Order: sequence, then C-alpha cells, then structure tokens
Amino acid sequence: MKYKSQKVAYYFFAFSMILLLLQVTYGFIMAFAHMGYDGLHEWIPFNAATATHKNLLVVWIISGFMGAAYFIIPDEADTELWSESLAKLQFWSWAIVGLIAVAGFHFGWFEGRKFLEIPRPLDYLVALNVVLFLVIILMTLLKGKRQTTTAWVLTMGLVFAALLYLPGMVYFENLAVDSFFRWWVVHLWVEGVWELIMGGILAYLLIRLTGVDREVIEKWLYVIVGLTFLSGILGTGHHYYYTGGPKYWLLIGGIFSAMEPLAFLGMTAFAVQMYRKGNKRHPNKLALYWTLNTAILSFLGAGLLGLAHTLPQVNLYTHGTLVTAMHGHLAFWGAYGSLVFAVIAYAMPLMTGRKIYDNFIGNLAFWTANIGMLGMTAAFAAAGVAQVSLERLAGYEFMEVAKVIEPHFFVLIIAATVFTTGILLFMWNFLLYGAPSDEAIQPEGEPVFQVVT
Amino acid sequence: MLTKRQAKTFFIGGTVVFAAIFLGLTIDTLSNGLPRNTHPEKIDDQVKLGRYLWDKHNCMGCHTIMGEGAYYAPELTRVYSRKGPAYIRTVLTAPEGWQPRGRNMVKYDFTDEEVEALIAFFKWMDEAYLNGFPPKPWLQPSE
Ligand code: HEM
Ligand code: HEM
Ligand SMILES: [Fe+2]
Repeated sequence: MKYKSQKVAYYFFAFSMILLLLQVTYGFIMAFAHMGYDGLHEWIPFNAATATHKNLLVVWIISGFMGAAYFIIPDEADTELWSESLAKLQFWSWAIVGLIAVAGFHFGWFEGRKFLEIPRPLDYLVALNVVLFLVIILMTLLKGKRQTTTAWVLTMGLVFAALLYLPGMVYFENLAVDSFFRWWVVHLWVEGVWELIMGGILAYLLIRLTGVDREVIEKWLYVIVGLTFLSGILGTGHHYYYTGGPKYWLLIGGIFSAMEPLAFLGMTAFAVQMYRKGNKRHPNKLALYWTLNTAILSFLGAGLLGLAHTLPQVNLYTHGTLVTAMHGHLAFWGAYGSLVFAVIAYAMPLMTGRKIYDNFIGNLAFWTANIGMLGMTAAFAAAGVAQVSLERLAGYEFMEVAKVIEPHFFVLIIAATVFTTGILLFMWNFLLYGAPSDEAIQPEGEPVFQVVT
Repeated sequence: MLTKRQAKTFFIGGTVVFAAIFLGLTIDTLSNGLPRNTHPEKIDDQVKLGRYLWDKHNCMGCHTIMGEGAYYAPELTRVYSRKGPAYIRTVLTAPEGWQPRGRNMVKYDFTDEEVEALIAFFKWMDEAYLNGFPPKPWLQPSE
C-alpha cells in the first residue's frame, strides 16, 4: 500500500464479507423451503427471504467494487484519496441504508421487482450515497499525477452503473414497461457496465501480479470491453423475447446475446495469456488463483451456461425456471463474487502488512468454495432440466413437479454446505490478516519484480 | 498488429453505434410493439390497483409472471384462463392463507375491492400476447 487513505477499502471489504454470510443464510432458508421445510414461514416468508438473498448479493458485490475502487484509484492515480473522511462518511451511510433495506424486507417493505426490491424512498438515499462515492473517486482521479486507462475503465464502469440505476426507479403502470426498464438495470449491469468494472479490476490485478507491461494489458482491455458492448447492449433483447416486446427481439436478442460469451472468453484468454507471459515472481499466489478463477469461471457460468438458454427456441421452454437459477448462481459467483475475493486476497496483505500469500486455509477456502459452487450449479441444473421436461414439455402442474424435484434441493443443500465451508475459511483468513496499519505503507509502492513486454 | 489507439477506437465506436441502435429499437418497442401486445388502453383503475398490489406485496418473490420472478410458486401469466376468477378468489381469501400441497402462501387480508383488482390485473395479463409464451406442452408418452 502506497497511500494511507487506501485503508478505507478495508471497511468495505469487511462489510462485504458480513453480508455474504447473511446472503448464504437466506439461501439455506430458501433451499429448505423448496425441499418442503418452511418452518420459518411465519417470520420469514419465501418472498422476504428471496428479496434479502438477491439484494444482499447485489450489495456485497457493490461494496466489494467500492472497496476495490478506493484501493485501486489512489494507487493508479498516484495520490491520496481526495477526502478520506468523506469516504468514511460514505461508508457508514452506505452500510446504514443497506441494513435498513434488509431489515425492511422482513416487515414487507419492498417492491416486487426482482433484484431491485429496495423501496423507492431508500432508492433516493442509495442514489445520493453513490453520487458522493463517485465524486470522491472522480476528484481523486482528476487531481492524480497520472490517469491510466485501467483507472478510467474502472471509473466509467462505476459511473455508468450508477446512471443505469435511475431507469429502475421509475414506476410504470404497465407491468411490461416496468419489466422492460428493469432489464436496463439488471442486464445492462451484469452483461454491460459491470464487465467494465471487472475488466478494469482484472487489468489492475494482472499488471501487478504478472508484471506484464501496462500498455499490452490495457490494449487488450479495450478489445474486451469493446466486445462486451458490441454484444451486450443489443443482447438485452434476450429478456424481451417473451415479456411483451415485438418479435424482432427474438432475432436481434438471439444473435447478439449468443455473441456475449466472446467477451468472457476474451477475459479468460487475456488472464491466462498474461499469466503465462508474466514473470511468475509475485509471491501472492492466493490473489493469483482468485484472479485466474474469475477469468475462467465467469466464462463457464456467464458465457457457457448463459449460451445454454439464450437462443429463443430454447428460452421459450427454460424461461423462468430453475435453469435460470443454475446460470444465475455460477455467473454471479464466477464473474463478480470471485472477483471481489481476488481483490481482497491481493489488497489485504498490502494494507495490513501480514504476508498471507499461500497458506493452507487460503488454499482450502479456494477449493471448497469453488467445488461447492460447481456442485450447487449441478443441483440447480438437474432440478431445472427436470422442471422444464415435466412442466413445460409434458404439461404437469407446477406443484406436482415441485414434489418430484425435492431431492435435488437436498443435493443443493449438501453442495451449499461445502461452499459455505469455503466462505467461512476465507473469512477466517480475512481475520488472520488483522486490521490495516500505517506501518504497511510502502512509499515507493509495491515493487514490480520484472517488467515483461 | 493492433495498436492501443485502434483498440480504443473499436471500443468507443462500437459502443456508440450499438447504443444508438438500441435506443432506436427502444423507442419503437415502447411506441409500437409493447402497446400492440399488452393493450395499455385496458389498464383501467382496477388493473392499476391490482398491478400496485402485485408490486407492493412482492408476489414475484415466489411466483413468476411473464416468466420473471422466483421459482417457488406457479407461473401466473395465464392463471386467469387456466383456473378462472372463482378459483383465484378462493386462493386470495383463504382464511388461514392458501396451502397448496403443504407449501404455504402468505396470508393476506385483502378487501373485496383488492381481490377483484388482482383478478382484473390477471385478466389483463392473460390477454397480453407474449410471442407464444408460455409454450404449449407437446410431449406425450408413446405407447
Ligand atoms: C456475469 C454475467 C452474468 C450474470 C451475473 C448473469 C446473471 C443472470 C441472472 C441473475 C439471471 C436471472 C435474471 C432474472 O430473472 O431476473 C439471468 C438471466 C439470463 N441470462 Fe444471464 N448472467 C450473465 C451473463 C449472461 C450471458 C453472457 C448470457 C448469454 C450468453 C446470459 C443469458 C441469460 C438469459 C438468456 C437469461 C434469461 C433466463 C430466463 O429467461 O429466465 N447471461 N442471468
Ligand atoms: C448457501 C448457498 C446458497 C444457497 C443454498 C442458495 C439457494 C438459492 C435458492 C433456493 C434460490 C431461489 C430460487 C427460487 O427462486 O426459487 C436462490 C436464488 C438466487 N441466488 Fe442463491 N443460494 C446460495 C448462494 C448464492 C450465492 C453465493 C450467490 C451469488 C454469488 C447466489 C445468487 C443467487 C441468485 C442470482 C438468485 C436468483 C436466481 C434466479 O432467480 O434466477 N446465491 N439461491
Ligand atoms: Fe441478460
């Protein structure tokens, strides 16, 4: 760590970990309910659990992004944060609004808009908070000694993510119009601007971890985010097939969304190539594993499993079934969950001075979390395919099918337990790093072992 | 070889072009396609109230509608024609909350007006054309 204000990132990372733990808890509640055990129904009905699970997901990932930005931007811009105290204020207000939202879900204070259940009055507070965040980041970038492509791509990703939240705040009396704009948020986030954030963070990590020359990495960064928008913007059409839109979306959405995996394949090739080319001297192996993991699992979860149901002929049958949940889990985990873990694994030793680079707990966490999540994906896949065959193809009633697929949720719970073990081990390591300390400041920045061009 | 400058041009150019196409299609969808398929003229006060209640109670936190929502409870896009208004009324007014095959639906204390509003909302949804969704089941065991 070069600048003392980078330590603000620690708050966001810690908050992110706590929310993840809560998210997983609600996942178990829902998995048990699917198996037929809904003993908590009186207090936490399924619709409260699901709103909580999905929003905690979004909030812990965004907290991770914010922490990443507070760590990366000073480093890239070569300056202290514009205002450390405002950054702390932003953290506390963010945390308070987030916790109020989650508590509110349990009292029925939500809106029935998947992933955007946070009620509008709170939306305004969220928006205000994010404006403060962006001002701090932009001011830091502008007063900095240098303005790198990596920093700009990351920042533009954050700015556009904030802008795209706005269409999701409008209330439309026609449900189909409401849904149309909900995808401007949800789809254009995960298959658009969040990939900018992902690309920016990956580029930063690869520059640091592999020693490959910045110019080479940033050139490919442009190509990847170029591919993202080329396919992802019109790819939004894969959500407009069967939600009231005109027929042409079947063609446009089908073609362009089928090209979206290219951007993710680009990320994979990018990271693997840079790793092979790099000097392999950086001691932080855990950070490297999580970085490569992000590049590979995002292609599997988002790219391949997305492709599996994105063509309109297939989506007609899989739309709105557990097949979607299969893809949703591995995509979110592989692309964004794992990315946050990579940043944490890289930044924590630098912020705290504790050189936990390749320890047993960290390695075990890596393998159990990922194997657990692959198992969960398989369980959702089995349940989803059975649901599609029985309900959509053979015409059995929803609840008849729900009974038949209960055993898959038992498998889900086993795999989820493995996954959760991994998460807990990762958090154990998080505690082992200890708190950030000014003694960890390296005025020259982190040494680069050898630049590879 | 590709230079960084060319890569940047590819990124910015591609983004601008495809964002412009997307905005054009959005305008067309909102002014032609969506109105044709979803009959906004039929959204009267009753349907509006139903739509509001659907949102307020996060029904989509268990059910799907137009294939969107959660997967804990049945798809409701065509519930009006599949089950009929009387059945829906029974579900929404079950004194202990509806309990299909051991699964619990939340117990709501809807007024009669609200129940009828939700039924009107489902009727509106039922009449929307969704490019063939939900699909007709066609798979039969062969003897
Ligand atoms: C990291 C990137 C991605 C993430 C986090 C992600 C996540 C999700 C989630 C959570 C949903 C469910 C949304 C809802 O019903 O509200 C979804 C739906 C969908 N995703 Fe992705 N996705 C990603 C990338 C992709 C890609 C690249 C493709 C295509 C190649 C794709 C294809 C689809 C399709 C077709 C649906 C609609 C499923 C349905 O009709 O029910 N996704 N995605
Ligand atoms: C212990 C771990 C977990 C369990 C048992 C679990 C279980 C579930 C269940 C049962 C659902 C609801 C499906 C429905 O609508 O009926 C769900 C939804 C969802 N979960 Fe998880 N989950 C877990 C962890 C995670 C993690 C770590 C992520 C992301 C990184 C995640 C992302 C999602 C998403 C995006 C949805 C919405 C999917 C959709 O509607 O298509 N979950 N989860
Ligand atoms: Fe999408």
